[in-house]
Amino acid sequence: MKIVVCIKQVPDTKGGVKFNPDGTLDRASMMTIMNPDDKAGLEAALRLKDEYGAEVTVLTMGLPKAEEVLREAIAMGADKGVLVTDRVLGGADTWATSQTLAGALRNMEYDLIITGRQAIDGDTAQVGPQISEHLNIPVISYAQNLKVEGDSVIVERQFDDRYHVLKAKMPCLITALAELNEPRYMTPGGIFDAYKAEITVWGRADLKDVEDSNLGLKGSPTQIAKASDKVRKGSGEVVTLDPAEAASYITGKLAEKHVI
Amino acid sequence: MGLEEYKGVYVFAQQVDNVINSIAFELIGKGKDLAEALGTQVTAVLVGSGVKNLADELAEYGADKVIVVDDPELKEYRTEPYAHALSSVIEKYKPEIMLVGATAIGRDLGPRVSARIHTGLTADCTQLEIGDFPINPVPGKETKHNQLLMTRPAFGGNTIATIACPDFRPQMATVRPGVMQKREKQAGVKANVEEFNPGFTPDNKYVEILEIVKAVTDTVDIMDAKILVSGGRGVGSAENFKLLEDLAEAIGGTVSCSRAVVDAGWKPKDLQVGQTGKTVRPHVYFAIGISGAIQHIAGMEESDIIVAINKDETAPIFSVADYGVVGDLNKILPVLTEQIKAARAAN
Repeated sequence: MKIVVCIKQVPDTKGGVKFNPDGTLDRASMMTIMNPDDKAGLEAALRLKDEYGAEVTVLTMGLPKAEEVLREAIAMGADKGVLVTDRVLGGADTWATSQTLAGALRNMEYDLIITGRQAIDGDTAQVGPQISEHLNIPVISYAQNLKVEGDSVIVERQFDDRYHVLKAKMPCLITALAELNEPRYMTPGGIFDAYKAEITVWGRADLKDVEDSNLGLKGSPTQIAKASDKVRKGSGEVVTLDPAEAASYITGKLAEKHVI
Repeated sequence: MGLEEYKGVYVFAQQVDNVINSIAFELIGKGKDLAEALGTQVTAVLVGSGVKNLADELAEYGADKVIVVDDPELKEYRTEPYAHALSSVIEKYKPEIMLVGATAIGRDLGPRVSARIHTGLTADCTQLEIGDFPINPVPGKETKHNQLLMTRPAFGGNTIATIACPDFRPQMATVRPGVMQKREKQAGVKANVEEFNPGFTPDNKYVEILEIVKAVTDTVDIMDAKILVSGGRGVGSAENFKLLEDLAEAIGGTVSCSRAVVDAGWKPKDLQVGQTGKTVRPHVYFAIGISGAIQHIAGMEESDIIVAINKDETAPIFSVADYGVVGDLNKILPVLTEQIKAARAAN
């Protein structure tokens, strides 16, 4: 079985978030990580590899620096890494990104494609389903459990108040939730392999069956009209009182606002 | 592509088990504002099996027209038949705006449909308005009027971006549930219904449903609550949530929680407020023992009145609280609950 896992290098918005004195986000201090949902997708692929035997290839699109995240994946147990990087691909929205990745995937062999549900920088959850549409294969998003049976996958698909157990014929695409599993750590042997591993680097010319008009900033239907750091509601009053006074303070404010 | 051919504001009226989801009414409510600005109408697209009788309810909340796609293949939500239904409606009726709820269903359906019809999709919008693109004139660039300007948070709620889709139609957005306002229900209004069936032929993209497992829950949906008493890691234990439950009962509210509480196994996931939980905007939000990670604040900061109790005076929750109290929740809550009971008994 051949599995391709799409992963993304993202700024770490958890824990390491720092603010400038004026309340805006201090981006310069932020570290990059493998997107958590993607890491869960990779772990799911590696478990299938452990159980059934599979070749796991990790695919990313980004700046040359994104090679780091491929090496991290190889250190965890992935077999190969492919980096798609080209100046003309920059500024892509989810349409252009999914076109790019689909163009790369047409040059690869796969039974199963796994992506994270969403990246923590954009939070769109769109690229996985859009890739599946371009490749004309089924998608099962929000996977919370995954197994292979013959030529099909059986997946628990999470909804708000229920889950569906779904069966899809391969090839198909699955989007993974961080809750799917606990990703393994890199191993010392893996880190050594990752250091030596040759990363395949593809540019625009290596993408199959994609028009220029669907790539990069120019190929993006959505355009940013305005972007700003969020202006938060100002803080109100903060008081330090003994318990009875504190309770009276809150009760007083609620009465003032006609809540009680 | 003749963009001027595309007319009207369309909303996907999500139903599950033949019950319309509240997001459908919220989208109609927002759709009415947009349609008024554009001088057009709101059409709800109702997709399912045996759902035609639900159309009047959409009209009661303001839908000018309801397109019903009714087929046995659409009984349970599956990506492919639903994507085929909605993209066929778009291709036939050519709306200028298509809104879908940013629910577990809408965030699966939206991208598949937008990729099929080749248009842009903006995810998880919290604000929609009609305006010019570019917003301020740019020399040498044509200013397009009557564009849908879609505003959404990114970077875990740290930044906000406004997105336009000037050259493709429809302009598509998924909209975060609980953010847009429904219109008041006009009981007895009958829908103007049009039925449409594009034909459904199962292919490789149709997945098979082996089993449906429903979570057993009798809790109130926290998105509908007017008052939320929300607890975080600082509450200390599952048992200690009793203090919050007592307060919620006294004030007529519902208990919710932060992600840390779900991770610790103290409360189920459907009570979680925040970026990876639910977005809530109750009249009053009590943040108790919640430090206020940005992911949490993103899910509750639109609440009308925010009351925070935390022992750490540097907790970020105080930066969004209207009324913050630094102190021990274990000592404050019992007194507060008694005072509120007394105040309500006196009224």
